[in-house]
Amino acid sequence: MSGAISNLSETTFDEEIGSAAEPVLVDFWAEWCGPCKMVAPILEEIADEQAGALRIAKVNVDEAPELARRYQVMSIPTMILFRDGEPATQIVGAKGKAQLLEELTPHL
Amino acid sequence: MPPTHHEVVIIGSGPAGLTAAIYTARADLAPLVLEGEPSSDSDQPGGQLMLTTDVENFPGFPEGVMGPTLMTDMRAQAVRFGAKVETVKASRVDLASTPIGIWIGDPDAAEATHTADAVIISTGARSVMLGLEAEERLIGHGLSTCATCDGFFFRDQEIAVVGGGDSSLEEATFLTKFASKVTIVHRRDELRASKIMQNRAFENPKIEFAWNSVVDDVLGEEAVTGVRLRDTVTGDLRDLPVTGLFIAIGHRPNTDLFTGQLAMDDNGYLLTHPDRSTTDIPGVFACGDVQDHTYRQAITAAASGCMAAIDAERWLQSRHD
Repeated sequence: MSGAISNLSETTFDEEIGSAAEPVLVDFWAEWCGPCKMVAPILEEIADEQAGALRIAKVNVDEAPELARRYQVMSIPTMILFRDGEPATQIVGAKGKAQLLEELTPHL
Repeated sequence: MPPTHHEVVIIGSGPAGLTAAIYTARADLAPLVLEGEPSSDSDQPGGQLMLTTDVENFPGFPEGVMGPTLMTDMRAQAVRFGAKVETVKASRVDLASTPIGIWIGDPDAAEATHTADAVIISTGARSVMLGLEAEERLIGHGLSTCATCDGFFFRDQEIAVVGGGDSSLEEATFLTKFASKVTIVHRRDELRASKIMQNRAFENPKIEFAWNSVVDDVLGEEAVTGVRLRDTVTGDLRDLPVTGLFIAIGHRPNTDLFTGQLAMDDNGYLLTHPDRSTTDIPGVFACGDVQDHTYRQAITAAASGCMAAIDAERWLQSRHD
């Protein structure tokens, strides 16, 4: 089964992140952000390959500015890995697949 | 695994590389495009236009076009005619061998990943950073190289832009949509930007200038709280409280891959023969910003990509004659 990517809103975020059994990588993005679009297909691949071990979710900062503020996101794309509801690591800026996996693996 | 052979490999996927791909694909050369890997500050798929919003000066778009849209469309156009695109970076090239060797991944691998009869280099240029220790700590936390990506987060805040060229003024003008005040930090007392951009900036009530100033340090532990400016005339230091700092001090060509193999100028730009895309190595062509520090426009890059494609096609043909 492939890993589905969910869109989190200000109302669903806490519930979804808090109740997740596996770590969740949250991608803060926006429609107008070119580098975010470059990363999107890579995250889809990772979601498929890591299904069961890692979940991927997205936060649109235009629609959920409060979440961006809460996690001090000041640059997108920013990806935050949550374990047990708490941020475990943060990756700022667009990266290639190999580099993303390298930064994520120690936290999985 | 033995290398895969191609008639043409194109390294880089900005307007130059993708135009070369469209032309070589239409010439039935089935080019392979190594488009690079996503990155916010280096050569990336789609090139520097991926970090912009409206492109207003590309002919054929009277209402303007979004940079990322233009690049996605160029890519689709190349693919339609048979170009293959891989989202990888070349880690090593051997331009002296015949055929030319191109490595992906481990550069010390005995065998190349790809071989090619002709290589078109279009790796472009990237933003120069300040070279301060604070940069690594604060990038993404108030320090940015991409106004279009990050301007949104500085609504009603005071920020600064470093640099005195067109891209600096363009970023500053764009950032006034969000910020309450934008200070342009420039090392001299006059700008090198074009007149139209200068006028736009001078007329903008939200833009101020810190003349004869360079960034000595970026202040803040967790996030940017200010910049320490040094006066280039008196040497005096002063702190400017800002929550954001955008860097636009110029560009550096992405030519590390070719060091020792191709002739470069003092700034690392590849040298091509006058009015051609050819280099000193037969079968190796260069186009776009990687060989152009003068014009650096999407349209000039695209035009030089077309030149490289035609030069490559003719060179390949000449070997069969």
